[in-house]
Amino acid sequence: MYSWLWRQLPGDTVTRVYTALVGLLVIGVLLWYVVFPWFEPQIQFDHGTVDDGGTSATAPPAPGTKHR
Amino acid sequence: MRTLIRSLGELCITAGAVLLLFVAYELWGTGAYTQAEQRRLGGELTHDWAAPPPRKAPGAVTAERVRLGHGLALIRIPRLGKRFHYVIIEGVSVADLRKGPGHYPGTAMPGEIGNFVVSGHRTTYQAPFNRLDELHTGDKILIDTRSRQYTYKVTGKKVVSPGDVGVVAPVPEHPTKDPTDRLITLTTCHPKYSAAERLIVFGRMVGSIPRVNGASS
Repeated sequence: MYSWLWRQLPGDTVTRVYTALVGLLVIGVLLWYVVFPWFEPQIQFDHGTVDDGGTSATAPPAPGTKHR
Repeated sequence: MRTLIRSLGELCITAGAVLLLFVAYELWGTGAYTQAEQRRLGGELTHDWAAPPPRKAPGAVTAERVRLGHGLALIRIPRLGKRFHYVIIEGVSVADLRKGPGHYPGTAMPGEIGNFVVSGHRTTYQAPFNRLDELHTGDKILIDTRSRQYTYKVTGKKVVSPGDVGVVAPVPEHPTKDPTDRLITLTTCHPKYSAAERLIVFGRMVGSIPRVNGASS
């Protein structure tokens, strides 16, 4: 796969190395700023709240505060 | 056949690299979001507090307007360092806790009789409550509101199961009792990088002083 991609890159070896590096960087930036921020909240595994069985952190429990 | 196996191997390596990058994002990337939100909400709070307090509506419990997802108070814990300083958000939804420690809606407000309950991330999103386990009995928790600064002192800590809602009751672990004390409860996950249990820190208010407007924000 990668050897095929490498052969598709234009220019001599130096140009190919630069193109490949820039490509990697673009993919990395896309992942970091677009894909991960969208993906992370959906799999969130760090829950700080306590609740009784509901989906964690989305449904705060009725804490039974007595208002008089 | 050989090309197929090689491609499969390359895909696995790529997936591994992406996963590593995602772990890095969880640990350091999410903090940038919290930092930006904290700065924004901190500025909003300072701005609100600098303005004259809203007129108390007849029958209202408090003059303060509390909006979900917005800043409510400031928390400082000297034991965790001078730089431990967060805006407490009203609400504990996933979106709220990404911005910083969140106050359980419906539990007592700072300084009120009852239980002021605050939840926060142990890891990721700047991990405000990462070192909560280092608190000892007697350590101070300072809560700043518009007009007063409340000092709470840690009275104990405990690890409970995620479903143990008794700890957020007005009298922790006695859900049917009427509150007489001004308490604080901090909750976060336990152990680190897991959601198997919850670490709970209990505290009691020991004093409050008027807060000079605009100071220590």
